[in-house]
Amino acid sequence: MDERKVRESATFPPHVIAEIQRAASEGMYYIRGSGAKRAVPTFDDLVFLGASISRYPLEGYREKCDTNVTIGTRFAKKPIELKIPITIAGMSFGALGAHAKQALGQAATAMGTSTTTGDGGMTPEERESSQTLVYQYLPSRYGMEPDQLRKADAIEVVAGQGAKPGGGGMLLGMKITRRVAEMRTLPQGIDQRSACRHPDWTGPDDLEIKIHELREITDWEKPIYVKVGATRTKYDTMLAVKAGADAIVVDGMQGGTAATQTCFIEDVGIPTLPAVRQAVDALKELGMHRKVQLIVSGGIRTGSDVAKALALGADAVSIGMASLMALNCNAPIYEEDYEALGTRPGACHHCHTGKCPVGITTQDPELEKRLDPDLAAQRLRNYLATLTLECQTLARACGKSHVHNLEPEDMVALTMEAAAMARVPLAGTDWIPGWT
Amino acid sequence: MQTLDLDRIDVRTANQQLHDGAGGDNEYEILNPMGRHAIAVGLDGPFEVAVRGHAGYYCGSMNKQANVTIEGNAGVGVAENIMSGRVHVKGYASQSAAATGHGGLVVIDGDASARCGISMKGVDIVVGGSVGHMSAFMAQFGHLVVCGDAGADLGDSIYEAKLFVRGSVESLGADCIEKEMKPEHLETLRGLLEQAGIDADPKEFRRYGSARQLYNFKIGNIGYY
Repeated sequence: MDERKVRESATFPPHVIAEIQRAASEGMYYIRGSGAKRAVPTFDDLVFLGASISRYPLEGYREKCDTNVTIGTRFAKKPIELKIPITIAGMSFGALGAHAKQALGQAATAMGTSTTTGDGGMTPEERESSQTLVYQYLPSRYGMEPDQLRKADAIEVVAGQGAKPGGGGMLLGMKITRRVAEMRTLPQGIDQRSACRHPDWTGPDDLEIKIHELREITDWEKPIYVKVGATRTKYDTMLAVKAGADAIVVDGMQGGTAATQTCFIEDVGIPTLPAVRQAVDALKELGMHRKVQLIVSGGIRTGSDVAKALALGADAVSIGMASLMALNCNAPIYEEDYEALGTRPGACHHCHTGKCPVGITTQDPELEKRLDPDLAAQRLRNYLATLTLECQTLARACGKSHVHNLEPEDMVALTMEAAAMARVPLAGTDWIPGWT
Repeated sequence: MQTLDLDRIDVRTANQQLHDGAGGDNEYEILNPMGRHAIAVGLDGPFEVAVRGHAGYYCGSMNKQANVTIEGNAGVGVAENIMSGRVHVKGYASQSAAATGHGGLVVIDGDASARCGISMKGVDIVVGGSVGHMSAFMAQFGHLVVCGDAGADLGDSIYEAKLFVRGSVESLGADCIEKEMKPEHLETLRGLLEQAGIDADPKEFRRYGSARQLYNFKIGNIGYY
């Protein structure tokens, strides 16, 4: 065979053919974990303009570059103080095993930052291991108890998430063990569906009353976040501010999930890059930038990503997938188990099966033994420390004594798409497509 | 009995007094509620609270042990996520009454609007009148008793909650079916009606619950997805 004459279709590459044939065989959409795999404009498409003559840098390791952030300064009696602007995103016990939740809490506590609950409520182990714990208030209200609201340090009203804006969560039967089922008041082994919208409020006017109720129950002590999946981000941010949020969490389409339809993961929502800019625009237009804190998530992987999100105007970022990878998600170990799932390290998205080869997204006690919570916490702590150091390094290079002093003017874009979305000039020009 | 007059103090002050008062004299009356929201929420103790008038959204929500009586109508989400105790609405209730409630008893003497008992997780609800559409949507556990009629799509995507309706049901939602009323169900229903102070014959009711056909994703159920 002459290989030069063999040409794959751009419209029907092998993975598309495989999906068509899977759909033809099963008659059902594909449900999987993880985040979007398609290429989208990202923070990689931006670079910093390090200081030289027109601006001068700070000396690395000697001159101070602070990283602390306070969240909840608008209304809460007890805002939360974080030492680093990198938080751990909401992930449920159920989606994750107990060891993984414990490791997330320990690492976040060691680094002086927060972790977040998920669907199903708060476990005692999670509260114990997390010095600062944000409690998610989700449409399903699985496991939602007022005592847990009172035990939390902040409350996050989840209106949507980046992996599936407009959709509800899923937890497939193999992960609904007895403990998970009891926490969620569900029959064991069912394919759990979560509602896509809250049962007792719709729209921004109701949300304002809902936030008021949550404040009354907790005596106005806790910061209240509102989390949205990035879609109509400018409007959603404005409406959340109007509804009385202390902080807005914007989750871009690269954000992960434990299980949802692939068509949601890949085809709904906008990337994190333009979402940050839209959210910051909304806050500035309302005169609320830095008064209502903005937390950005969805595909944050490096200290450079953190620095770029902050430079665009975010107050903090949140990481989910990357924190799991620090624990060992997709690590090249137990490779035969990846193979049994039909995948390999680096491409695994089988969180939905409960058969996580590295013991993170599972309720199987044997698999969970593969994740030592103390060692995993140390790895995540190292990773968070690395992100922080990288972010500080870049901020110092731009002459900033606090990472929040980074600004859009410190960056240029390498592609027209990124220039238009982030609204910074294309490198070497003064051109911002659509704006100048 | 202590009096909290919402014409003289705001809801925040009233709720703080209730929260601070747990363990003391727990008998209160709340005057001039005038449809204000989040009255008597997050109570954690054996309170006796009488709300003398109409309440706004989420009255009596997320309470434990408390006995709250609303001497009027209640807005959206009355007794939302109640954990235990009792909320009694003497008038009518708006949408999402007792939504996500985990325990306790919610009694509504009049009608309840749409989505009554949505995502209920163990609460018992007795409605003297009728309920609106999509009531008991995704109802997980507990009992919903409707002495009047039920609107469209009753019990859509229901889990293990048990529904009793005396009047007509406009339509049943996905995976909700009529079930045999066995002696133990009549006994449960009799007890709930008695607790609610409603004089009705349990034998006049019909029982509905989950067919359990949507508990796992199956190609045969594609029409429901």
